[in-house]
Amino acid sequence: MMRFMLLFSRQGRLRLQKWFTAISEREKKKIIREMTTMVLARPPRTCNFLRWKDLKIVYKRYASLYFCLGVEDEENELLALEIIHRYVELLDKYFGNVCELDIIFNFEKAYFILDEFLMGGEIQETSKQIVNRAIESSDMLQEVRCMKTHTHPTAF
Amino acid sequence: MSDVVEKTLTALPSLLSLDSQPGSAKLSSSSKLGNLIRGITELTSKHEEEKLIQRELLLIKEQVSSPNTTMRQMKELMVRAIYCEMLGYGVSFSYIHAIKLAQQGNVLEKRVGYLAVSLFLNEGHELLLLLVNTVLKDLQSTNLIEVCMALTVVSQMFPKDMIPAILPLVEEKLNHPKEIIRRKAVLALYKFYLIAPNQVQHIHNKFRKALCDKDPGVMSASLHIYLQLIQENPEGYKDLAPSFVTILKQVVAGKLPMDFNYHSVPAPWLQIHLLRILSLLGKSDQSTSEIMYEILDESLRRAEMNHNITYAILYECVKCVYTIHPKSDLLEKAAKCIGNFVLSPKINLKYLGLKALTYVVQQDPKLALQHQMTIIECLDHPDLIIKRETLELLFRITNEQNVTVIVEKMLDFLQINKDDHTTIDLVGKVAELAEKYAPDNEWFIETMNTVFSVGGDLLQPDIPNSFLKLLSEGFDSVEEDKKLRLFAVNSYVSLLEGGPSKLPQRFLQVICWVLGEFSHLREDLEPDVVLRMLAKLLDMKSSSSETKCWVLMAMTKLCSGGAALALVQDVSETYSSSLDTMLRQRAQELQILSQDSKLQAKVLPRSASMEPVEVDSSLSFLDGFVSEALAAGAAPYKPPHQRQEELSRSKALNMEPYGLSLPIGMSSCSVTDRQSPTLLSISSGLSGDSADFSHKGSSAALKLDGVKRLWGRDGYLAKKEAAEEAPQVEAASPVRSPSQRGDTDGSVSQTPTPECDQEKQQLASSLFVGLATQSSVCLMGKSEPTSQRFRRKPKASGGSEPMSNPLASPSDGADNVLPQNLLDSSDLDVSSPEQTHGLPQDPDTPNGSCTAEEESADPMAEPSAHEDLDRSRDSCLSSHLPAELSALSHSEITSLCSNQSLDVSACHVQREDSVVLVVFVSNRSDFCLQQMRLQVQSEELEVSCASDCPSEELKSHSVAVCQYLLTVQRPSVHFDLSATVSWQLPAGSPQTAPFSYKLPLTGFIRALRLSTEEYGAMWLAYSHDTKLNLTLMDDDQDPLAATLHVLKRKLQLHVVEIIGVEAIVACCLQQDQPCLMHCRVHAGMLAVWLRSPVPDLPDCLLYHCQRALQEP
Repeated sequence: MMRFMLLFSRQGRLRLQKWFTAISEREKKKIIREMTTMVLARPPRTCNFLRWKDLKIVYKRYASLYFCLGVEDEENELLALEIIHRYVELLDKYFGNVCELDIIFNFEKAYFILDEFLMGGEIQETSKQIVNRAIESSDMLQEVRCMKTHTHPTAF
Repeated sequence: MSDVVEKTLTALPSLLSLDSQPGSAKLSSSSKLGNLIRGITELTSKHEEEKLIQRELLLIKEQVSSPNTTMRQMKELMVRAIYCEMLGYGVSFSYIHAIKLAQQGNVLEKRVGYLAVSLFLNEGHELLLLLVNTVLKDLQSTNLIEVCMALTVVSQMFPKDMIPAILPLVEEKLNHPKEIIRRKAVLALYKFYLIAPNQVQHIHNKFRKALCDKDPGVMSASLHIYLQLIQENPEGYKDLAPSFVTILKQVVAGKLPMDFNYHSVPAPWLQIHLLRILSLLGKSDQSTSEIMYEILDESLRRAEMNHNITYAILYECVKCVYTIHPKSDLLEKAAKCIGNFVLSPKINLKYLGLKALTYVVQQDPKLALQHQMTIIECLDHPDLIIKRETLELLFRITNEQNVTVIVEKMLDFLQINKDDHTTIDLVGKVAELAEKYAPDNEWFIETMNTVFSVGGDLLQPDIPNSFLKLLSEGFDSVEEDKKLRLFAVNSYVSLLEGGPSKLPQRFLQVICWVLGEFSHLREDLEPDVVLRMLAKLLDMKSSSSETKCWVLMAMTKLCSGGAALALVQDVSETYSSSLDTMLRQRAQELQILSQDSKLQAKVLPRSASMEPVEVDSSLSFLDGFVSEALAAGAAPYKPPHQRQEELSRSKALNMEPYGLSLPIGMSSCSVTDRQSPTLLSISSGLSGDSADFSHKGSSAALKLDGVKRLWGRDGYLAKKEAAEEAPQVEAASPVRSPSQRGDTDGSVSQTPTPECDQEKQQLASSLFVGLATQSSVCLMGKSEPTSQRFRRKPKASGGSEPMSNPLASPSDGADNVLPQNLLDSSDLDVSSPEQTHGLPQDPDTPNGSCTAEEESADPMAEPSAHEDLDRSRDSCLSSHLPAELSALSHSEITSLCSNQSLDVSACHVQREDSVVLVVFVSNRSDFCLQQMRLQVQSEELEVSCASDCPSEELKSHSVAVCQYLLTVQRPSVHFDLSATVSWQLPAGSPQTAPFSYKLPLTGFIRALRLSTEEYGAMWLAYSHDTKLNLTLMDDDQDPLAATLHVLKRKLQLHVVEIIGVEAIVACCLQQDQPCLMHCRVHAGMLAVWLRSPVPDLPDCLLYHCQRALQEP
């Protein structure tokens, strides 16, 4: 199970935070601080995995943005890395050539995408098409009634 | 991610001005959020940013609270608030508005509202309750998006207590025509299962339906739940194994829609989930394992593509192959796979390879041999993480031949490591290895010295404890023990001479103890010298008061024979006036014992440090002192809780928060997978009093020594031990020379490349020595007795007499003076119920009336004398029952305490609304008893006096009756009442006698009559619940009815309704605390589920149900 996902810039500025378990505000701040320092201090060409307390930290840098995922000990590190990658792909598909600015200015969209992709600390949907369809449908259609969806089964 | 354009903040200004830039079309650059973000990026200092945000927050605050703000504006404001919060500024004022937005907005606004709520609030936040209604409404909405949002927020955070309110709606969604809703509902239920497993227990069959869902997404979502369920109870789901295998087969064969492919690998997440489930199901189960061999083989074969995701699957496959019942050709393939990982130039794969090796090396140490050169390279890897993982691997293959090299590598790593968590972990491992495999005394002591200095005060407390225990208990040879101790003394003396100020406190404490205990072993070392060294520690600014206590105690042991008398006097005087109570006590002890060497020798016998201490747990030697003090007008002893109560009643300052102010130093109980038995240490602070100590000693505490440990941090240890022992089959052979080594390796592993320099070869041979090259896959573990160096002596070394109490660990007959129970405490389980049961645990109670001891001893002491009396007394005493109670049923009248002057008996009477305790005091003497008083109290019950004894005088051979009204404060299986009776004979001193009374919870249980509807409403509202399968009564016709009848008769439960194989039953604890019970006949058992608003009540009641059904 995933515990949290953080996105931060090379300067250590938080861009997105998602917590999958109940954590106090203080603890959150502490984790954010420790994660940014730990991850930013990693020299190049080192592995993408870290240990922090009882968690495995998996991180990856995309351009100027670091994606950092805290998973429980029994999780598979490589798979966690692919979760990050899939999320980036989803962002890319939605924004079209995503860059840090897209995420800064439309962070709520990034959250919505994440919510369709992960749920309760587990992966919910791995299909790019389905996630995007879900996002777009809630973006565009404000009133999707059940009736309507019967006539347009693909609307969702 | 090549198509992610590298755009950094440095490019920001140009991007913002050029709208035609790709991606910027979507930037809401004109919005207020855009302005805010831009404003912040233009700033240069943190201070400016703070000012800007504060201004912004003021603005937001003003607008959100304005009644004219539309929901549309509110949505925009919320996004800005989220942004400010992300920057680390408090926006608590907007929380309530976020909830409002989720409540009232249209779909788009609602979505932001929900998002804000989920980002702002925690699972435990009180405002969340306001969200429940909104969620309820949205779950029932006809708009799919609203339902989705509600399910998402529910799985993100939802108050645990409110789950029952929405559970039916979420359950219903499992049948929704849209798969996305079904999928989200399954995940929401998974979340519920994680935070409140009991709440969803009854819908397990619905999970099965989800598993069979035609949509693969819903099916894979249900696997999350199954993984959890199977982890907890693999036996219960064995029947599903063929289904999981079939699903995996279909996935691997690419039968799923293309949508589920990830980089042309079919549904990798699903595959990994299934592999994990299979490994759980196949673990030590041959028949289940057999059905998965084929698909595992297939998976290993298919995953050849060079992509991370296939490696992730492979890794999981390998783990699975090594977890389930072994099959040799699969193991071979898996081993090859690991080889590919380890040898990969990609660092992430190397890391995973090391992990996999660490996992399998316990079963197959020869694999480590095959990859020894790679492991050596990883050991010198610039990446600390890789290094750390390598050490983890080495830790698993340590034996007594390579221990020195491996420990050296670990200590090297500790020097450069900066992460506390890693330090604690590694230091613990070093200590474990040192204790297990130390080649000689010098090495052991030196390694432990490093452990103590590096570990510092972060060290887990059981490490110094077990070290000291080891030293004091000794091993098989007396001569060796002496050498070890002497070496320790020498080493510590030189450390203290070298400047102790840098040593951590824990280490200083260890040093003090060892010097105090064993410095006499070194003949050329005068006690004066040691005393002076110790005194220097007292003067150090860095010494904590706990350390000072240890110093003083060590000095107490050394001060015999008038050594350095002036110094000792000086020290004890200084600390006699210390503000720290413990220090003051130690100083007093030092002062007195240093002046009386006879007493000192008696209290601290040097040679007898290994003898078990006999403890007079009843403190009978104090009886004279107590009665004298009482005669002189001292107040009788009151247990701490009673004092506490009286204090709070008299509205004095409540001392509660300071209750634990005694210096409890290393008072954590830690169960780790270290070799040492669980040591629970109570610091010097609590050990001071024999009363306290003796209780713990005499209680049947858990005895962990000599018990084979089966479970550790990594799970079942049997395998691990097997693996550790396996290498030792060959361990007898001496260390081989590198050349020899190479020869044997060549036959099994890759031939060492010529470039491998000599140094590495040498290291390799020293690291991998003892790992049998021929040792086959050793799963069952050819267990040969380990030649562990520091094997503990059997625990009962001290005394063979059966009476030797569990305290048979080293203590030098002076537990009341020394913090010895730092060592003994392995036997003392503070949480053992015997002690927590309202015993006076106050350490400073010299006149402590040892209720427990006397109570239990009393009826056994003179049973025969009472036996015949009892019967006649019962009938005779029951005539004394007050008129209003005599009609009601009362329990048997039992004698609780009797002596020459009086007899105390009691029973309890169940009234409709309460329970009354009736105490009979009969005067057996020929005198009139004066000042007769009774005091009754209990931890779990509130005792109020219904009618006190009529007078304080009790005439000869008459009976006084007192009634106490009992009210439950905290449910418990049984309630213990402890009481004292005090009286005075006409010509005598006041006397007291303690007694106790025990009554079961059932006395307080009453039937609760309600209708099925009322029951239903109440059921959902209660959060404390528990479940158990009970045995059904034997009855051919209707076992359910028969069982319920027994419960009804014995426990007064009210059967609300019986519907087929289910029944609902209700009762309450003294009228106002209901407990509901749901019974269902299932597989020959009665599955009961109890719920109540009162914590612990379901558990306690369940206990009695069980008892009621078991008793004939």
